[in-house]
Amino acid sequence: MLKKMTPLLWFLFSAGGTVAALLFPLHVLVTGLLIPMGWIDVPGYDSMVSLVSHPLARAYLFVLISLPLFHGAHRFRYTLYDGLKLKHLHIPIVLICYGSALTGTVAAAFFLWNFS
Amino acid sequence: MTIEARYTLYHPKWYRRPVSVWWWLSSWRYMKFVLRELTSLPVAIFSLLTLWQVRSLANGPEAYARFETWMSSPLALALNVVIFVAVLFHTQTWFLAAPKAMEVRLSGKRVPDLLIIVSNYIGWGVVSAVVAWFWLGR
Repeated sequence: MLKKMTPLLWFLFSAGGTVAALLFPLHVLVTGLLIPMGWIDVPGYDSMVSLVSHPLARAYLFVLISLPLFHGAHRFRYTLYDGLKLKHLHIPIVLICYGSALTGTVAAAFFLWNFS
Repeated sequence: MTIEARYTLYHPKWYRRPVSVWWWLSSWRYMKFVLRELTSLPVAIFSLLTLWQVRSLANGPEAYARFETWMSSPLALALNVVIFVAVLFHTQTWFLAAPKAMEVRLSGKRVPDLLIIVSNYIGWGVVSAVVAWFWLGR
């Protein structure tokens, strides 16, 4: 089954890698550094809620969360294989990596779908 | 004289010299490869932080205030500095690999690698500007 999924997993890897490459630097800079350090005006709770209420913003956030999770899971799987020579543990590695990405995706879908 | 061959699971017929788990420490090139692959963790962690942000937005002002308080703790700031550096490294290496991953041809001629890389950087700038405008510029 994993063999059949391989093309899909590589597709998710490269789609997620592109999303992360294009969008994450800005998001980390703003959400992770500039806002917590108070260097820019915080978009407060109300303005964030009205922004996320828009269906397009929610679709955007879903892509922003889910695809990089699968990218990270796929890449980390092979890092464990090659970097730490753990290929013999491939079943638990596959389950943990893609399982966490899938859990995060389902959670993101749930919160974004029910957002109001 | 008998030679004891060591067989491994995946190549039962070959003798391979065992490679240390720390093989990638032996040269800067290998280390850069492993660091590049390890950007997968900061990328995934930031996805989860964003997920947490969405969840706290959905759970009301108090939950969102808790998220913001945690994000400005020294631990979170240090984590975000690491994530930021890793994400920039990911972007740079991702664009560098783009011409190798996909060959682009225009009227039968291969587009030079440098052109693909530069257009990736331009696209990155445009996308970031558009998102920043929608998010913060109003």
